Amino acid sequence: MSTQAAQGPTRPQSRTRPARKDRKGSAVDRSLNWIDDRLGVSKAGRTFMDKIFPDHWSFMLGEIALYSFVVLVATGIFLTLYYIPSSKEVIYHGSYLPLKGRKMSEAYLSTVNLSLKVRFGLVMRQAHHWAADVFVGAIAVHMCRVFFTGAFRRPRELNWAVGVTLLTLAIVNGFIGYSLPGDLISGTGLRIMFSIILSIPLIGTYLAFFLFGGNYPGNGIIIPRLFIIHVLIVPAIIAALIGAHLFLLVRQKHTQFAGPGRREDNVVGSPMWPNFMLKTTGFQAMVAAVLLGLGAFAQINPIWQFGPYVPYKVSYAVQPDWYMAWLDGALRIMPSWEFAGFGHTIPLEVTLPAVVLPGLTFGLFYAWPFLEARFTGDYLPHHILDRPRDRPRRTGLGAGILAFYFVLFGASSTDVLANYLHVSLNAVLWSFRVLVFVVPVIVGFLAYEISKELAALPDSGKRKRAMIVERTPQGEYLAEPAEPRPGDGTEELEPEPVPVHMPVAELVGSGSLGDETGTEAGPAGVRQVER
Amino acid sequence: MVDHEELARPWTLPPDDPRLQPYAKNPARAEKVIAACFIFAILCLAAFGASYWQAASERVMGGFLAVGLFALGFGIAAWGKYLTPRGPFEEPRHILHGTQLEQEAFQAAVVERAEVVIGRRPFLIKLLAMAGGITAVVMAFPLLRSLGPLPGKSLFHTPWRKGSRVVTASGRAITVDDLEVGGILTVFPEQAPGSAVAQTLLIRVATEPIVTQPGRETWGPAGYLAFSKVCTHAGCPVTLYEEQFQQLLCPCHQSLFDIYDGAVPVFGPAPRPLPQLPLMVDDQGYLRAQADYDQPIGPGFWERTTT
Ligand code: HEM
Ligand code: FES
Repeated sequence: MSTQAAQGPTRPQSRTRPARKDRKGSAVDRSLNWIDDRLGVSKAGRTFMDKIFPDHWSFMLGEIALYSFVVLVATGIFLTLYYIPSSKEVIYHGSYLPLKGRKMSEAYLSTVNLSLKVRFGLVMRQAHHWAADVFVGAIAVHMCRVFFTGAFRRPRELNWAVGVTLLTLAIVNGFIGYSLPGDLISGTGLRIMFSIILSIPLIGTYLAFFLFGGNYPGNGIIIPRLFIIHVLIVPAIIAALIGAHLFLLVRQKHTQFAGPGRREDNVVGSPMWPNFMLKTTGFQAMVAAVLLGLGAFAQINPIWQFGPYVPYKVSYAVQPDWYMAWLDGALRIMPSWEFAGFGHTIPLEVTLPAVVLPGLTFGLFYAWPFLEARFTGDYLPHHILDRPRDRPRRTGLGAGILAFYFVLFGASSTDVLANYLHVSLNAVLWSFRVLVFVVPVIVGFLAYEISKELAALPDSGKRKRAMIVERTPQGEYLAEPAEPRPGDGTEELEPEPVPVHMPVAELVGSGSLGDETGTEAGPAGVRQVER
Repeated sequence: MVDHEELARPWTLPPDDPRLQPYAKNPARAEKVIAACFIFAILCLAAFGASYWQAASERVMGGFLAVGLFALGFGIAAWGKYLTPRGPFEEPRHILHGTQLEQEAFQAAVVERAEVVIGRRPFLIKLLAMAGGITAVVMAFPLLRSLGPLPGKSLFHTPWRKGSRVVTASGRAITVDDLEVGGILTVFPEQAPGSAVAQTLLIRVATEPIVTQPGRETWGPAGYLAFSKVCTHAGCPVTLYEEQFQQLLCPCHQSLFDIYDGAVPVFGPAPRPLPQLPLMVDDQGYLRAQADYDQPIGPGFWERTTT
C-alpha cells in the first residue's frame, strides 16, 4: 500500500494493463487501489481504520446486542427453511408418541418436526429463542449503561431515540416469534394480544379485526401475517436502524469516561484496525458460541410438550418470555376498573396496563434526553461520560424507574409466589399493588443517597493499593502504600494520536489546535478541526 | 490539503515507543495460548463435522460447535487484546456543526428557494396539501381496510341460537344425564363445535333447577349451569373449576368467578361476570340453548353498550 499510495492522485494512468512483473505492490495493495480508483475510498477508509474505540467493558453491551441479532438472522434463516406458516389443520403421524394422531396446525407440526426430526434443528431453534432473550436483555442493559452515564445528552439524542425504537421492535418481534409455533402457550398469548388491541378506545375493534382478518381467532390469516412481519418486515427495519445507529456512532464518535489524557475534544483508546476488529470479531464468535451452547444444553420452549393450540384449552404454565412479563404483571395487579357509560365501554383494566403503560414507558424513554436538558438547563454537548454517582438525581430517578419495572416483572408470578409462600393470592396481589409504588421510591431514594455519598469520597471505586503498616519501637503506627508490584497494570501514558494524515498531528497531540486548522471555538470549549 | 508523505507512513511513533508494544507482558506466551486456542477450536469444529455426519445427539453436535466457536473467538479476541499495540491512542473529535457562514448559507438555500417557488403560490400549496391528504386517506383503504372485515355486530353474537343443541368438541350431543353433580364439560352449539367464540362451560351443580340471578329463573334446568368460557378480562379460556367454593378460576391472571351468583368476578382483574347461557332440556332429554347469550361475551371493547 505504502509505495503506491505515496504517489497519490497523480499516479500515472496507463492505457494498457502492465505486465505481471511490472505491477507494483502486493495483491492486497492492488485491490485496494482498484477499489479506490472506482469509489475514491482511500481517505475515508484510512480514517475509518484509525477510528478510536475507548476501552471500557460497558461498551461491550451494545456489541452483545448486535451479535445476538446476527445470530438471530442466521438461525432464523435456517428456521424459515423448515417452518410452514399455515394454520391448516393436519394430523400428526410422526414418531413422538404423545402427539400421535392429534389434530394440529401445519405451523405446529412443522415446528415439532424441526425440533425432533431435523438434524441440528433443535439446537438452531433453541439458539434462536435464546438469542432473542439475550438480544432484548442486552439492549436493555446497554440502554441502562447509556442512561446512567449520560451518554444520551447532546449531541446523541437521536441515537438514543434510535435505540429506544430498536428496543421496542426487538420486544415486538420477540413476541411475534413466540406466537409462530402455534403451541398452546403461544396461542393463549395471541388471544390476550387480541383482547389488548380490542381494548383501545374508538379504533381497537377495527385494528384487531384488520390484523386478525376477523373476530378472534380470525380466518387463519394471522399466522402467515405474523410470519412475514417476523421474518421480513421487522428484521429489515431493525437492520436499517442498526445501520443508522452505527452510522451515528461513527459520525459523532464514542463517548469516553474521564481519565488521563481524555478531553472533550478527543477520543482515547485503541484503533479500529487491528485492535478493535480482532477483538470484536472474536467477540462475535464468542457470543454465537454461548448462544449455540445454550441452544444445545438449556431447553427453552419445548413446544412438543405443550401440545397444539386449541382455543378452548389453556396451559397452566402461561408465562410469556421475560421481556413481556412486566406487561403481564401489570395486567395482573390492575384493579378491575372497567369504564362503562355513554353507550361505550373502555376496559381500563386492560387499556391502562397494556396500552397506556407501554405507551407512557416508551414515550418517557424517547423524551428523556429533552426532559433532562430542560430540567437541568444543560444544553451543552457532552462527550465525557458521567459516573452514575456524579448525577445523584438522574441515578436516583433511573433506579426508581427500573425498580418499578422489576416489581411489575415480579408481579407476573403472583400465583407461583402464593403457592410457594403458602399465602393467599389476595395477600400477594395486594402486596404487589403496594410494592409497585413503594419499592421505586425507596430504591430511588437509596440510589440518590448512595450516589451523593460516593461522589463525596475522593478516589472511591478505584482499586486500592495494599498498605504496609509498621510499628515503630515507640509504639507509633505508620501506614504507607506498598510499592506497585511488577505487572500491577501498565503505566498510563499520554495518549498518542493514531497515525496522522493531516497537519494537525502535532497540535492535537499537544492538546492545542493551531489557527491554520482550528476555527471557531465550540460551545463547550470543543474546537472545530477542519479536515 | 492531504499530506501524502504522512499518508505513506503507517505509524508515526518510533518503533520502540511503549505504546507500540503489545499489551501482553509476555507476548511469546500469549502467542502460545492463542495458538492452543486455535488448535483446540480446529479439533472441536472438526468433531462437530464428524458428529453431524454420524447423526450424534443434538447436545453433542451443539456442544462441539459451541466450544469450538468459543475457543476460536477467544483466540481472536485475545490476539486483538494482547498482541496489538497497547496504546493509548487518540483521535481528535470534530465539531459536527458547520461554521456560522455555512449554516446561514444552508438556511438560505432551504428557505429562500422555498420562498421563491412555494411562498408565492399559496393556492398551489393548498391544493398540494389537499392532494397529499387525500392520498394518505385513500391509501389507507387498501392498506388497512382490505386486511379484514369490519367488526359490525359480530362481537355481539355467538353461534348459539335458540334451540341449539349442546354438544362436545367432537360434536356429541349432551343429554341431561351425562354429567354427575360436580361434573364440568366444555361445550359448543351443534353448528359450531370447537368454536373459540361459542365455547361454554357446562357445570352440573345440583339435580334440581338452579337460579343464579333474578330474571334467570328458567336458565338452569336440572342443576345445569352454562357460562361463557371466554374470560371477560383478556379472553383466556376459564378452565379451572373449584368445586369446594363453586368458583371458576382463569389461569391467566387469576380472576375468580362465583358460579352460584351468576359468575360475578369475586377476585382479580376481570370486570364483569361471565355471561350465562340460558339452557333448557328438550323432550328427548337433550340440553339445548334457549337463546344466544344476552350480552357480548369476552373482554370489553369500545362499542360494547352498558348492560
Ligand atoms: C429481530 C429479532 C428477532 C427476534 C427477537 C426473534 C424471536 C423469535 C422467537 C422468540 C421465536 C420463537 C421460537 C421458538 O421457541 O419456537 C421465533 C421464531 C421464529 N423466527 Fe425469529 N426472531 C428474530 C428474527 C428472525 C429472523 C431475522 C428470521 C428469519 C429470517 C426469523 C425466523 C423465525 C422463524 C421461521 C420462527 C418460527 C419457527 C420456530 O418457532 O421454531 N426470526 N423468533
Ligand atoms: S384473561 Fe382471565 S384473568 Fe386475565
